Parts: sequence; C-alpha cells; structure tokens
Amino acid sequence: MDWLVDWIASLQIPYLTEPEARFLSHLIFASIIAVAAPGMLIILTWLERKIIGRIQNRIGPNRAGPFGLFQAIADMIKMFTKEDITPANADRVVYNIAPGLAVISSILVFAVIPFVPGFIGADLSVGILYVVAVGGFGTLAILMAGWSSNNKYALLGAFRVVAMLLTYEIPMVMALIIVTMVAGSMSMAQIVEAQSSMWYIFTMPLVFLIFFLAGVAETGRSPFDLIEAESEIIAGFHTEYSGIKFGMFMIGEYVHMLALAFLSAVLFLGGWQIPFIDITQFPGLVSAILGFLSISLKTFLFVFIMMWFRGTLPRFRIDHLQNIGWKFLVPLSLVLLVAVAFVVRLFAPGSSSAVPVVPGALSALGAPGEAVALLAANLLVLAGTVSFVSRMARRSKNRQLRAVAAVEPVPAK
Amino acid sequence: MPFEIPFVQIVWWAMTACAIGGAIGVVSSNNLFHSALFLVLSLFGVAGYYVLLSAGFLAVVQLMVYIGAIVILVLFAIMFSRRMMKPTEDEMNRQWLVSVIVAAALFSWLIVVVNSVSWPVTSAAPTADTVLQLGLAFLGSYLIPFLVVGVLLSAALIGAIFLAREKVEAEEI
Repeated sequence: MDWLVDWIASLQIPYLTEPEARFLSHLIFASIIAVAAPGMLIILTWLERKIIGRIQNRIGPNRAGPFGLFQAIADMIKMFTKEDITPANADRVVYNIAPGLAVISSILVFAVIPFVPGFIGADLSVGILYVVAVGGFGTLAILMAGWSSNNKYALLGAFRVVAMLLTYEIPMVMALIIVTMVAGSMSMAQIVEAQSSMWYIFTMPLVFLIFFLAGVAETGRSPFDLIEAESEIIAGFHTEYSGIKFGMFMIGEYVHMLALAFLSAVLFLGGWQIPFIDITQFPGLVSAILGFLSISLKTFLFVFIMMWFRGTLPRFRIDHLQNIGWKFLVPLSLVLLVAVAFVVRLFAPGSSSAVPVVPGALSALGAPGEAVALLAANLLVLAGTVSFVSRMARRSKNRQLRAVAAVEPVPAK
Repeated sequence: MPFEIPFVQIVWWAMTACAIGGAIGVVSSNNLFHSALFLVLSLFGVAGYYVLLSAGFLAVVQLMVYIGAIVILVLFAIMFSRRMMKPTEDEMNRQWLVSVIVAAALFSWLIVVVNSVSWPVTSAAPTADTVLQLGLAFLGSYLIPFLVVGVLLSAALIGAIFLAREKVEAEEI
C-alpha cells in the first residue's frame, strides 16, 4: 500500500498531504475489491457450469459468445431485469438489508488478504481473528433473511444454516489457531513470510483438510448445501427472494467461495510465494506480477476443487452433517491442537522474538526438524483417527447385524 | 495546511450514532427480533470505539463474541420461545415505574462518576503489539485467573451438555 500512498502524495495536489493520501489509497483499494470481487461472479459461474458440464459428460454453455463466455452476462442481465417481489407479510426493512449484508460479509475478508509482497488492505495484527469475526455477519444475514421472509421454509433453512455454521466454526477456528501457533503470528502477511521455507500444506496436511472441509461447509456449497435442499425445503433461506436480491445472495456465496480459496492459498500454500524463487528480490512491479500470478493460480486450484466437489458428491443428510462436525472434526481438531502445541514447544527457539522464551528441548534441530516433526505428528494423529473410526464402524456394524439377527428368525436348515 | 479532514472525528461520530441509536432502538422497538438487531448495531458501534483506541484485538473479539455468538443465540432463543413470526410485544409492563427509577438512578450515578474522575491521558504512543502483550499477560502474571476462567467455562459447557442430553435407555448402551 505504501507505494500508492507515496505516489499520491508525490502528485503535489493542493490539500492532499500524507493522511489524505493514505485515506485515498485505501479508498481506491476498497473500491477495486468491492467491484472486482462481485465481478468475479461472471467468471466463476461460467467456470462452474463448464467444469460441472465436463464432469457430467456435457459441454456446458457454448452458444453465447466464444466458449459460451457471455452466458453469465446474459444471466446477470436476466437477473437484473426480473421482477423484485417482496412478500406481503415480510418485515420490509430487515428483508431488504439481509442480501446486502450477505455480500458485505464476504467482501470484508479481502481486506486482510496479502495479494502480492507488501500489498495488503490492512495488515492487522489480528488478521485471522478478523476473518472469523466478519464471518459472523454472514450468519446474521442469513438468519435475518430467513426470519423476515415470513415463510416457514425460509426459516427452516435459516435454522439449518446457523446450526451448521456454529458447528463448523469450531474446527475451523481450531485449524486457524494451529496455523497461528506454528507461524507465531495472526497477521496474514507474517503467516505468508513464515512459509518461505516450507508451505504448511506439506507439514500439516491434516490441519489443512480440517480447515478446508469446515470452510466449504461455511460457504454452504455442495456437499454441505442442504441449507437450500430443493427436495426438502424449496430453496432454504432465500425462498422468497427474487431478481437482484436473490442475485446478491448468489454473489455472496461465490465471493465467499473465492475468499475461502484465497484464505487457503494464503494460510497453507504460501500465498504469493513461488517455490525455490524468492520473488521479493525482483524489482517492485515484476515481483508484484509474479506474486499475483502465483496466488491466483493457487486460488483457482481451490476453486476448481470446490467445483469438483459440487460435480461429484451427493448432499449430506442433516444428522450426518452434525455427526461429522461434532463427533469427528471437533475431537480431531482438539487432538491436533494439543499435538501441534507439543511439537511447537519442543522446537521453540530461544529468545529470537521480543519475548524471552526458554528454548525447547529439540530447538537445536531448527526449522527443518520442526517441519518433519509437524508432519510426523499429523500423520500419527491421522493413523490413530483412521484406526479408531474403522474400529467404531466395525463395532456399530456388528451391533446392527446382531439386532437384525435377534429380530429375524434363523432360517431352518 | 489550512484544511485537514478530521477522519478520526468523523468515524467517532458515526460510531457514536451507531452505538446510541442502536441502544435507543433496543429499548424503543416493540418487536423483539428488531431489538436484537439493534443490539448488533449498538455493539458494532462499541467495536468501532475499540478500533479508534488502537485496541484492535478487543474490537475483533467484540465482533466475534457479541455479534458472532451471543446475538445469534439471542435471536435463536427468541425464535424458539415466542410466537415465531410476529414476536411483537408491548414495551411496557407492570414494572415500568421501578425500571424507570432504577435506570434514572444508574444514569445519574454514572454521570457523577464520569464527572468526578479526572481522565488521565498519556501522550505516549499506544503499545505497538497488543496481541503479544495480551498473550504474555494471560500466560504470565494472570495465568491463574486465566486458568480459573477456563475451568469455569468447561464446567458450564459440561453442565449444559448434561442438561440437554437425551436420556439413553439402559439396554441401548
């Protein structure tokens, strides 16, 4: 951000000194994000239709424009011009605020994403907590939409959303805490810096898995899209919405998906970093372009994985969803938290930071040793989980078989 | 420079409008759901104050705990316990006189307190790394209270689970 501030200040416009320049540069950045993030909807919907089309052995949109690229634009125009209906008994004010709040809550996340070296909207020292906090507005928006529509299906959908979001927020926060512990900071820029030698997806694959699963659940996309299960509750919380207000919920969903992909790239794939090349050594513009290419590539990898999910996985049932959340992801993330804390303490360097710390027992091994130990801890926890779950599954199957055998008479020989 | 845009003052006034307007909305709205939403606005204003005071951690925690968790639970409670779609209530009930007296007494007491304290302002720059300082305090000089709070919360959690769990038949175990 600083070069933008310097550039604006160097223009020597009257009355435009450093604080005003800073304000202006943030305004410019915020405007770009606020326009570009919803604008990505056009690309993302087209991409999703193409990818899912290919997965289902179809071609996908191919009529409007080259490769059907203009299909999304045509859909947008259709959505803008549709009739905007407000139910007679809806709570008008809340009903109209909810879609906007849904979009805002997803866009706010981009304020703390380090896109390229040294370029971040606001490098908060509590960046990770901020991400969790603004996510709460999304929940609130959905609850408002479901309640104010005055429709029982909308309300049921909102209940489902909130139950699901509260469930999956716990493993997500646990995964974020683990990343914070290993990186030693909650600032997004410093987490990217901390991954300069090794990306966290390689040292902590299980943590990444928990984070990504919980994140996909928070976006409410397939296979966690039972909040808008057509066969059960029509369309969930946005049943009554039409036209552009429905479009805003859609924008909110896709921007949320994009934000999750960016977060995954920043927290686990090293953000703007490129393996074996230190891009900060290049001059400013080159490093910015390389960094942005790198983070975009990683982001679209995750976007593709989420679309792949949607194309291949069936929808969860609500009780399965809660079971996976509470009985699998929450205990697993707690165990991982303890294991990683143990490893981090063992390899804690001496007073390298501002805090005087007693060096850990294995601190002489340094960062490579810590990476190996983290990976070992992850794999150990994974092995334990798999054996435990399979034992539980076998026991439950045996119990069911016994129950069936007790009811049905054994056929005579 | 002859003219400087008073950003901090503008934000302060906006946040004050949020906090006080929200608080007035909470008590004057006769729809419980609206009251809860006004509470969100009010708490958001308070979070804004924390940001202006360079207490970023507190601001974010305010958003996360109050708006992300408590208000959502309040909304849930309203939706589960009242006539769901139109939870309209009269703002007044038989205890309005007592409430007025208590509120007036509390308000005048607060005014006295606020006026009698000479708010000391230091010219030193705010602490740079508040998160680090908080972490050191929690795991240093305030370790015991921190652990006690943790035990208290665990006890509350276990108690709630015990109350809410369904009765399992003996043969099913």
